Amino acid sequence: MLAIPKDLYDKIVAHARADHPDEACGVLAGRAGRDRPERFIPMLNAARSPTFYEFDSTEQFRVWREMDERDEEPVVIYHSHTATEAYPSRTDISYANEPGAHYVLVSTREPASAEFRSYRIRAGEVSEEPVNVVE
Amino acid sequence: MAIEVRIPTILRTYTDGAKQVEGTGSTLGEVLADLDSKHGGLRDRLVDDGGLRRFVNVYLNDEDVRFLAGLDTPVKDGDTVTVLPAVAGGAS
Repeated sequence: MLAIPKDLYDKIVAHARADHPDEACGVLAGRAGRDRPERFIPMLNAARSPTFYEFDSTEQFRVWREMDERDEEPVVIYHSHTATEAYPSRTDISYANEPGAHYVLVSTREPASAEFRSYRIRAGEVSEEPVNVVE
Repeated sequence: MAIEVRIPTILRTYTDGAKQVEGTGSTLGEVLADLDSKHGGLRDRLVDDGGLRRFVNVYLNDEDVRFLAGLDTPVKDGDTVTVLPAVAGGAS
């Protein structure tokens, strides 16, 4: 299960809407070992594409080092799909390299609503999990 | 000469769980070859026929080595090499 504070949920959805039709991406950091997302870190999509995302390598280094210094880890790695469903694609599965993270997918294919779903992706296997938005 | 190499979670199976290992060499390529002799299979996750793998980021101190000289980047005692798998994906 992914337990996520409402303000972070809203920020992810707003980011996805703002970057539509390009895919949006980012991280929610939290204290290591607690599995609680706390800090919203939107990332540049260096691919700037409607069908692909990639963190800028220099920005990723800075963010990962900062998390390390703060004793945090990436609790959620999120990105959006702008014309397809909020389900991990083969590409998403191939590049899921943080086994401890929840992979959140948002779909912005409908203008009036956003689909927000969460998954674990480990050793090439996807398992969906419930999302609990906490007030 | 000791180069500290920081290993991401997903590659720690090659280092018995260690987050950090030491290597020697005067270029990044030599350090990776040295690491591979102690942690077999690690190099193949970072390097393919074309050089450094496309979706693996390797940094010398604070810089992505793609902006330096790739595997030929010179390294010196006290340098830190950090490996981070790229975060990428998408609908396509």
